[in-house]
Amino acid sequence: MTEPPMEPPERAAERGRPGAGVVVPLAVAGVCLAVPFVAMLWVGSYNRLTPAFIGIPFFYWYQMAWVFVSTALTSTAYVIVRRLERTRKAAAAAGGEQR
Amino acid sequence: MKDGVNGVALAVFIFFFLVVTAMGFVAAKWRRAENADNLDEWGLGGRSFGTWITWFLLGGDLYTAYTFVAVPAAVYAGGAAGFFAVPYTILCYPLVFTFLPRLWSVAHKHGYVTSSDFVRGRFGSKGLSLALALTGLLATMPYIALQLVGIQAVLDVLGVGGGSNWFMKDLPLLIAFGVLAAYTYSAGLRAPALIAFVKDALVYIVIIVAVIYIPIKLGGFDHIFSKAADAFAVKNPETGKPRGSLITGPDAQWAYATLALGSAMALFLYPHSVTAVLSSKNRNVIRRNTTILPLYSLMLGLLAMLGFMAIAAGVKVKNGQLAIPQLFADMFPDWFAGVAFAAIGIGALVPAAIMSIAAANLFTRNIYKDFIRPDATPEREAKVSKLASLLVKVGALIFVLTMDKTVAINFQLLGGIWILQTVPALVGGLFTRWFHRWALLAGWAVGMVYGTWKAYDTPSATQDHFGNTNLIPFIGEKGYIGLTAFVLNVVVAVVLTFAFKAFRVPDGVDETSPSDYTADAGDAGVRADLPTAGH
Repeated sequence: MTEPPMEPPERAAERGRPGAGVVVPLAVAGVCLAVPFVAMLWVGSYNRLTPAFIGIPFFYWYQMAWVFVSTALTSTAYVIVRRLERTRKAAAAAGGEQR
Repeated sequence: MKDGVNGVALAVFIFFFLVVTAMGFVAAKWRRAENADNLDEWGLGGRSFGTWITWFLLGGDLYTAYTFVAVPAAVYAGGAAGFFAVPYTILCYPLVFTFLPRLWSVAHKHGYVTSSDFVRGRFGSKGLSLALALTGLLATMPYIALQLVGIQAVLDVLGVGGGSNWFMKDLPLLIAFGVLAAYTYSAGLRAPALIAFVKDALVYIVIIVAVIYIPIKLGGFDHIFSKAADAFAVKNPETGKPRGSLITGPDAQWAYATLALGSAMALFLYPHSVTAVLSSKNRNVIRRNTTILPLYSLMLGLLAMLGFMAIAAGVKVKNGQLAIPQLFADMFPDWFAGVAFAAIGIGALVPAAIMSIAAANLFTRNIYKDFIRPDATPEREAKVSKLASLLVKVGALIFVLTMDKTVAINFQLLGGIWILQTVPALVGGLFTRWFHRWALLAGWAVGMVYGTWKAYDTPSATQDHFGNTNLIPFIGEKGYIGLTAFVLNVVVAVVLTFAFKAFRVPDGVDETSPSDYTADAGDAGVRADLPTAGH
């Protein structure tokens, strides 16, 4: 791991100057959390009967399948955020008493 | 409906009821702290629950008996429109992931027990906090009443409680509720947390068996859906409209989407959700739960399928709420029907207990302590909360026994609209201090009045009032009234915040600091007096 930055990234973020290594992962996590909204609120994209799956019309199995997709996306966001928080804590610890 | 009492099913039902009753009382000693006379212990289970207990607790809390009965009942009645519960419960977890860890952190740092506690601390306004607490109480009461409706549906199909004598008719419900009240009083949040294990295990077993066994008996999903399509195509002689459809109509897509979104936003702001979230032991317990709670959403989707199965099985009930219990009674052997009914019955007890605790905490912290006895000690708070939990339950019982069921259902619908009006202050407050407290209060009031009035003014499928979708102004499509009211609420709050700031109207004092919102257990300054805290 590189030397800790001048201040923990999260605190920098609160001042509107996010650290460079934080923006991209946070954006990816944000997209992961946003995608289910697009998919589920766009009702027209799945409002049909076919193709059916074991006799269940598309409308129903598609939405149930999204339970798995959204779970995978939320899990990804969780891994990203947890890693960022650990980095922040390690940085804070390495930086000694910062407050 | 079958005549007489189904003895085998009833015996199985009573067996499980006795098991959870014993567990409820034992729970008082489970993971108990040395000093238990305070709200952190009684009302939040010592803020000590890890990932799995929280999962069972939240699952037991959010997916209630009423959900089990109402979601398939909605599908049974109209098809696709009732399925919005699935996207709704998909969308709520990304939302939870984003804002509830912040609420957890600031609540731990400052010892907040309710979401109104946070709003008071953040905006320095007891008035705003009171408004939100009253909203929560008003929305929770009918919800508890609906849990009783769920138990009643099961008892009806079991053949008990159908007598002509009003006392004998309501006696089983009174007994169930008396027992519930007693162990909630003595064990607090630990009782539903422990019982939730039994409830969820039963529910999963019943649903998995149901979605495999019933379709086989009915000749496969193909057959089920073609029967359902036939049934939905039949036109109602009075309105000339078909009963329902397998996909949403072209003019109903906005309604479907807005109902899903609005309900998702409201779900985790209900007092009972907040209570369960704050009882977890660290930030990541909540985040981790957003990745495992969707298992319940899948279950809910499967459960909704039961609505179609009830149609295909030829279940004919006047009251849609009875469709699923009746389907179980018709399809399953007696002993397994008993297990299924126990799942629904216990499924009512867990949320009813948590809801009454959450309502009691709101009353104690944001009405009693803020306005009546500011010097109340923690022991006193716990005592008041215990009594309030009893009062709330008695209130719900009277509600169910004296009023028509539709009153509880109407109020629960309004409750969802009302809870949505707490979003700007609560969620807004978690991310920014920009809003002015009085602007938020005004926005809340506008949203409450508009939502209530619109809902009253809208006919539903079965009555002249209390529909949940109406035309959205400026868009011209039908949408969820609660969400429209929420948008209006935000607009008012933003405009008035600008106005109040321009005229330098005094703003409240914020007792929180930015780092409070990301604090975790083990950080400096975060309450460390938790009985089983630590990683």
